[in-house]
Amino acid sequence: MSVELWTWIVVLLSFGLYIGIGLWARVQETEGFYVAGRGVPPVANGMATAADWMSAASFISMAGLISTLGYDGTIYLMGWTGGYVLLAMLLAPYLRKFGKFTVPDFVGDRYYSQTARIVAVVAAVFVSFTYVIPQLVGVGTVFSRYLGVPSVTGLWIGVIITALFAVIGGMKGITWTQVAQYIILIIAYLIPGFAIAAILTGNPIPQLALTFSDIVPRLNQLQTDLGFAQYTQPFQGLSMLNVLMITACLMFGTAGLPHVIIRFYTTPTVRDARASAGWALLFIALLYTTAPAISVFARYNLINTLNGKSIEEVRQIDWVAKWEKTGLLRFVDKNNDGNLTIAKGRAFNFIPGTTRPDPNNPDTTSANEVFINNDIIVLSTPEVAQLAPFIIALVAAGGLAAALSTASGLLIVISSALSHDLYYRVINPKASEAQRLLIARIGILLAVLVAGYFGQNPPGFIAQLVAFAFGLAASSFFPAILLGIFDKRTTSQGAIAGMVVGLVFTAFYIIGTSYYGMPRFVFGISPEGIGTIGMLLNFAITIAVSRMTPEPPKEIQDLVESVRIPRGAKEGHYH
Amino acid sequence: MDRAKAEGYWKANISLIRNLLIIWAVVSYGFSILLVQPLNAINLGSVPLGFWFAHQGTIIVFVVLIFYYVAQMNRIDRQFDVDE
Repeated sequence: MSVELWTWIVVLLSFGLYIGIGLWARVQETEGFYVAGRGVPPVANGMATAADWMSAASFISMAGLISTLGYDGTIYLMGWTGGYVLLAMLLAPYLRKFGKFTVPDFVGDRYYSQTARIVAVVAAVFVSFTYVIPQLVGVGTVFSRYLGVPSVTGLWIGVIITALFAVIGGMKGITWTQVAQYIILIIAYLIPGFAIAAILTGNPIPQLALTFSDIVPRLNQLQTDLGFAQYTQPFQGLSMLNVLMITACLMFGTAGLPHVIIRFYTTPTVRDARASAGWALLFIALLYTTAPAISVFARYNLINTLNGKSIEEVRQIDWVAKWEKTGLLRFVDKNNDGNLTIAKGRAFNFIPGTTRPDPNNPDTTSANEVFINNDIIVLSTPEVAQLAPFIIALVAAGGLAAALSTASGLLIVISSALSHDLYYRVINPKASEAQRLLIARIGILLAVLVAGYFGQNPPGFIAQLVAFAFGLAASSFFPAILLGIFDKRTTSQGAIAGMVVGLVFTAFYIIGTSYYGMPRFVFGISPEGIGTIGMLLNFAITIAVSRMTPEPPKEIQDLVESVRIPRGAKEGHYH
Repeated sequence: MDRAKAEGYWKANISLIRNLLIIWAVVSYGFSILLVQPLNAINLGSVPLGFWFAHQGTIIVFVVLIFYYVAQMNRIDRQFDVDE
């Protein structure tokens, strides 16, 4: 059977499974819709959080990105894991004890202010929308790469599937679908990882193969021979300050992202909320420690397979021919010697205004004759390792699972911010349970359709979207929630001032330096890392303004004391 | 519950968090970024140590820190009689 047929079978089976879970998990009440009835056991919540967390970008692009960045790729490896330590200790247990539905719920109640609630709604919706758009684009990409379906069609298939299980099953449906999605994506990621480790080093455990085989010294040597810096050499693309700032921004941003935070509302007890942060990071770490190993193996293998070989010869290799056809791999014989040379610099100039190579316009300032798209590192691994077509099909299903699980987690945040926080808590507090549930379902349907529209017509700043999401989460929610729990003296005025200044400063810096040629006026910090400074500003302003304004009312101080104590949380029943 | 007990519980929690977050920061910002160059002079297996922390070790330390915190907090919860 062909790879494409296998892929259709595996993808359709996985979609059937997701819809089946959605039907099984259909919910009748808002508690089920928003927080899965608080019945998710910690290991399952860990898997759901991991799937929620690991996006299309983590699955498809991260290993490739790291293989280009070398050491500097640590910004993603540490940045997208370190936040869980903060979540486990500083946020998750207390928010679970607080026991409402959303992040704006906490901000609005703790800061006894509808203004604070609305600021939080705006930030939650904006952050989640910026993040969901690339996910849907990712669904389209997987469909087009593996199945030859136009990416726009693929995107809408993804939208419909997500809408089906999310509207019926709410958070409960999303959670258990994410558990299934995690299992599919991690198997799809690890099998090729094991296989390529075994082939290149003789040790099938990628983490051990990376550390104890001689693959890293061999890659370093290869890089030196070709005129590149060594792979392990730090600060080649980014300064030490920027590595520090970006890593911190991604960590604190993780801890401030609403779709991650609300996962901890779904456990039966406070103790389970803490434990599920541990399980979540363990499940994430399985992929995040494998990815840098794949980066090394794939880079070594690509250079070794291509450099100095004749173009005729490498085109005989199946995977080379296949990926050259898609344009993810491109060759140009600049010196007409019939052989490929890999060197520093670009093989092709970019198509003006994009970062895509123009195949008709070789960059003559460099000797490099090979263009390698980052995504190829993960996509080609199973073929390089000569795995069965079934496994290649599984990788496609894994990529889709990663994108859909993250998209659905974000959509529930958008829907709950609009239908719970805005409609129920601000506009119509007398709404009946049935009305609220209906509004919630309409909310998620609207959210997925709007996100689909933007996925099809992505805004021009799509490349900066991730920087936006993390920067804004770090500079708004993280300080507001942290101080809300750990500092009783933090007042409504302080928190609002801090959030507004953090958001405005961070957005201004990102937009100004990315689009309006503004110099990087804060120590040359790149826009990806500026959220760290926005967060520090937020902390400083919140603390200062709080000391100048009257202390919070007694019942708020009591609320803070109560969230600090685990006992007395409204217990959920395990599903 | 009485005030002194609540305060004692919170203090125990804060001091545990402080200690663990110091390790968190030293390993991630310290070993993996600020001190990566000197640590790279040492090898772990066949990989420079600073690089190994940045790409492997720190993530493993993060996981261990959370599970240690969970275990300690379960103990402290019982000790102060605030467990669920």
